[in-house]
Parts: sequence; C-alpha cells; structure tokens
Amino acid sequence: MSLQEKLISSFMVMENRGKVDLDSTVHDIRSEAMASFEKEGFPTKNDEDWKYTSLKSILNHDYSVFPESESAIEFKDVKKYFLHEIDSYKVVFIDGVYSSFLSETTHDGYDICLMSAALKKPKYKMVIDNFFNKIAKKKNSLTNLNTAFSLEGAYINIGKNIVLPKPIQIVNFYTGNEKEILLQPRNLIIIGENTHVQIIERHQSLSSNVVLTNTVTELFVNKRSIVDYYKIQNDDVNASLIDSMYVQQKEHSIASVNTFSLGGKLTRNNVEFFHEGEHVESHINGISVLKDKQHVDNHTLIHHKFPNCESFELYKGIYDDASTGVFNGKVIVDQEAQKTNAFQQNNNILIGDKASINAKPQLEIFADDVKCSHGCTIGQLDESALFYMQSRGIPAKEAKALLLYAFGNDVVKKIKIPELRTRITKLIALKLGVQLGFEM
Amino acid sequence: MLEIKNLHAGIEDKGILKGINLKVNAGEIHAIMGPNGSGKSTLSSVIAGNETFEVSEGDVILDNESVLELSPDERAHKGVFMSFQYPVEIPGVSTTNFIKTAINEKRKANGMEELPAKDMLKMIREKSALLEMDRKFLSRSLNEGFSGGEKKRNEIFQMAMLEPKLAILDETDSGLDIDALKIVANGVNKLKSEDNAVIVITHYQRLLDYIVPDFVHVLYDGKIVKSGGKELAHELEEKGYDWVKNL
Repeated sequence: MSLQEKLISSFMVMENRGKVDLDSTVHDIRSEAMASFEKEGFPTKNDEDWKYTSLKSILNHDYSVFPESESAIEFKDVKKYFLHEIDSYKVVFIDGVYSSFLSETTHDGYDICLMSAALKKPKYKMVIDNFFNKIAKKKNSLTNLNTAFSLEGAYINIGKNIVLPKPIQIVNFYTGNEKEILLQPRNLIIIGENTHVQIIERHQSLSSNVVLTNTVTELFVNKRSIVDYYKIQNDDVNASLIDSMYVQQKEHSIASVNTFSLGGKLTRNNVEFFHEGEHVESHINGISVLKDKQHVDNHTLIHHKFPNCESFELYKGIYDDASTGVFNGKVIVDQEAQKTNAFQQNNNILIGDKASINAKPQLEIFADDVKCSHGCTIGQLDESALFYMQSRGIPAKEAKALLLYAFGNDVVKKIKIPELRTRITKLIALKLGVQLGFEM
Repeated sequence: MLEIKNLHAGIEDKGILKGINLKVNAGEIHAIMGPNGSGKSTLSSVIAGNETFEVSEGDVILDNESVLELSPDERAHKGVFMSFQYPVEIPGVSTTNFIKTAINEKRKANGMEELPAKDMLKMIREKSALLEMDRKFLSRSLNEGFSGGEKKRNEIFQMAMLEPKLAILDETDSGLDIDALKIVANGVNKLKSEDNAVIVITHYQRLLDYIVPDFVHVLYDGKIVKSGGKELAHELEEKGYDWVKNL
C-alpha cells in the first residue's frame, strides 16, 4: 500500500473513530482538503515548484499516522532543546500529543494553548470560522494533507495593545517509540492590533528513527503589530521536515520569519507573505549550513498587493560535502502596489566538491513606480582572504570557519532575542567544527 | 635570524625568483628595491608561505630551521609577519575580533594561555594610539571600505599587536600620503629593537627617508644584483632602474 493510499484510509479511520465532530465546519474543510490531496497526490519533480527536490526517498516508508501510545519525557533530558536561559511560554508536543508537563500555556488575558481545544470548543468557533485555513494555500497538496489531518498544534490568540512579556516556544519532540512516524502539527496564530510577539518554533527528534513532519502555520498580523518568528531546524539525520508558513499582514504591521536550517535529512520551507493593507513591512531571512547529503529547499513568496509596502529578503547558504540547496524566491508586485520597495538577496558558498545549489529569483512586477532589486551569488571561499588570515597566525580551519561565520552573520545578527542569537551562533560554530573566541 | 639560500620560485613553469641569497640578522633593517616585475612581492609571499608560488630550489631558514614545509600560520607563530601590498577586505569580522583571534592563536601555538581581555584591551588602546588610528576603525569590518592609507595603517597596527620577530613590509608606502607615511614609519621605528628585524620592500626611496635601512638590495629579474648601504637607495633614485639592468 502506498503512503497516499494509507493516508486515505487513515482519514476514514479518523472520521469513524469519532476523533472529529462530523457536523462542524472544520470537518467540511478537512474533507475538502482530503479530496484535493486524493486528487493531487504528493508532488513530484514534474511540478515546477518541486523541480529540484524529490520526496521519493522520504515517502517510501511505512509511517504510523496516529501514534499508538503517549510517551513521557523528563525535562532534564530535553532541556537543551529549549531556549531555557530565559522565561517563556511553551507549547510542547511529544509524538504529536500535547504534553502539559513540559508546557507552560495561558488563558490569562490571551490564549496560548492548543489547536485541538480551539477546533472543538464552541467558544472558539467564531475565531476558527474566521481564520482557520483562510490563508493556507489550497493548491498545495501537502498543505491540504496537513489540513485534512489537522488535529493538534499551537493555538495562539493575542488581543490588541499587548506587548507579550516573554517569547513563545513551540516545540515538537519525537521520541522514536514508533519506528517510522508521520506528524502533521498545525498552528494557528492570530495577533491583534498594536501587539508585539516573538515566537520560536522547533522540531526535534530524540532518536534516529525515521520521522517526517508536514507542518502548517497560519499567522495573522493585525494593524501596527510586530511579530518575529524564528524557526530552528537542527534535527537528526533521519528527520525530514516540510514546513509551510503563511503570513497575512495588515497595515503598518512588521513581521519577520527567520529560518535557521542546520540539520535534518530533507527540509522544505515554504514561507508566503500576503499584504492586506498599506505600509506593511515584511522581513524574511534564512541561513542554511549543510553537510553530508543534507538537502534544504527554501521556497518563498512575498505578494505585494497594496501601495507603500516594503519587503526585505536575505537568504544565505553554506554547503559542504555533497549537500544540496534550493532557493526559489518569488516576489509579486501587483499593479495597485505602487511605491513598493522589495529587496531580495541570496548568497551561497559551496565548500564541498559535490555540493550544489539551485537558485531561482522570480520577480513579477506589474506596477511601474517601485524599487525592486534582487541579487544572487554562488561562490567559493576567497583564497586570498584565507592566506591573509593565515599569515596573521590563524590556522586554515579556523580561518575558513571565521570567513563562513562572517558570511552568515548578516542573518544571525538580525535575531532580536540575544540568548537565541548566542544559541544560533553556537550551533553554527558546532556545525563548522570550530570554537570562536568571541561572539559575532 | 633569516637566511635565504639560492631561492628559486615561480608559478607553475614560470620562474620568478632565480637564485636569491640574503642574510638578515636580528636588529637589522633591510630594504629590497627593484623595478616592477623584478620579483619583490613574490619574495615576500614565498617567505610568508603563500602556496600560490612553488619553490623549486633553495631554502628559507628562520632561526636555523627551514620554514618551507610550514604553513603560513605556523610561520606566523614563529614570528614572521608580512604587511600586504593589498590588504584583503574581510566583511563581517571586526578588526578587534580579528586581531584577538590572531594573537590568541599565536599564544596557543606557543603554549601560552589566552591573553586576558583586560590586557588585550590595554594593548589595543596603546598600539592604536601609536598609529594614531581612529578608534572607530577597530569595530568596523576588517579593511572593508577603508581607504588605501587606512588599510596600510591597519597593517602596521596588526604588526604592533603581534610583535613579530621578522616583519616584511611589502610596498607599505604605496597609497600613503606624506602624513600617513610619517605615522606608519614612526610606528615601525618604535617597534624596532635589537631582537627583531625588518625587511622593507619598496619601489621608491621615499619611505627609506623615514625607515632608515642598514642594507639596501637591488632586485632585478629574480636576483639580487647589487647590495650596499643606505646610500645605494639614493644612487638608485638618481640613476633610475635602467642603471641596474646593465649591472
């Protein structure tokens, strides 16, 4: 039985087992999404958007779709995966199941809690009707698959005029108790007017068993709000991730999505921004540091629909060994979106002889009074810089790391949480195999 | 301190240095002059360990030990320093962090503890004052967007920080106006002691008015064709390089 067939029958099981309320609008959405997935199936390399990323190797597994048992984890064993140096709200899942023990949620003034509750309880019905699956792409079969199985994830709803006192961490752990597991977390985040929120998301496998995560996040940013979203992707070599992030911004809001891809087997990131008002500012940043046969595919879209908005995109990649990368950055500027400023930059360094990157900037500009630019570079380490540094006594390995570090630092320094910046700096150093005598 | 014996080097099959012999003792300043393309910069690169150049014959001996098998950083740890004619820009690494790393790597290689931050700061303050450097350059990315003169001053600042045994100044005067030239020369003179040596590589005699050499060597077509005292520099200035071609 193929994975697609298995998923179709699992969907029926889910309905029959009474896991879901069959009369709800959510159920209609799920059924419709499932029907689309059944029709479209998994994307193949024939799809333009999947030309350079093959899912073949990760679909060829007998994944469990619903974990059989609930698992417990001791905090001390997983502490290092949290940004534990600072206080934070935590929404934690173990094998797709909410862990109240590891979490720190709230309903005091705002909701930082669970998707399962939000989807079921009547008091959330209006919010769900207004926001759930409203910006997630209907034409994306993997997003549809997630929608069909959307049972759990983080539900965050912060009202207006709030500066959240601490960041929110959304962490998904996989214990490896199942030999092969498919997980589909679904997050819904609604930020009210004039509110300031920081979110850190992480997927972490605790064993070397195979895991595939197909996650979808919808983020709504209301007027004059500021939201910073950080994704730490530093998973085990047998863990693969398909992460789709949809962001809607209203006027005068500022949102950033920052992706740090440092591990995992195959990672596909879709980050899409939609502007729904003037004077919106979008920042979309990423850094990939890969080795061995790792693969990261960053697909981004920024859709400028209103005048006087700005977008800034910066993706950097460092590819060692036989690792491969894809950057596909699309910017659409509608005819109405005059006075748009849209800047995109993608820089890559190939260190490994067999490493490769496919970069594809796509600008579709229909307005005439705009400032748009894009730049894309693929290069190797600068030999003259290496010699210069060595001549000052810095050994080749450290010199190389320092140069790579400096290369990636443009992205790292954009992190606004100092402890997280330190953490990412250390993770990159670790990946490059060096210790730096200072923090950049 | 340094002994270069019958050194032949070049790029691939093209010979550039064709039998250089040179002996430099501690406490001495040597100037190497010569027309463009005579091999001046190649000589400094080979001493510093640039692998672009291949040594086909001869030896470079520092403190009775051949350094040809050593990597550039290992030579630096033994006290070799080369000031670049064209210092490389390193975006993203500040001058301070760069020099801290360099000093601590050198100390580590010589079995010493890292220099405490307080001492490092004090040293940076002293040495940057010596070179009359604007402090804001220290926190900027190394050489990025610096003018030619600022880059050269930064080179001598790094030299002051690293306190090399053997310093090779490759065309340090190029790109410097007269005020900066005086400051840089003054810096070099202050760093000069009985225990170290300096090789000044230059096209013009101008720099040698400020850094006065004990010996002057004329390099032409990969060989030292004439050696003498500081008066040789003046003679060269007067007669021009065509004169050496017929020596």
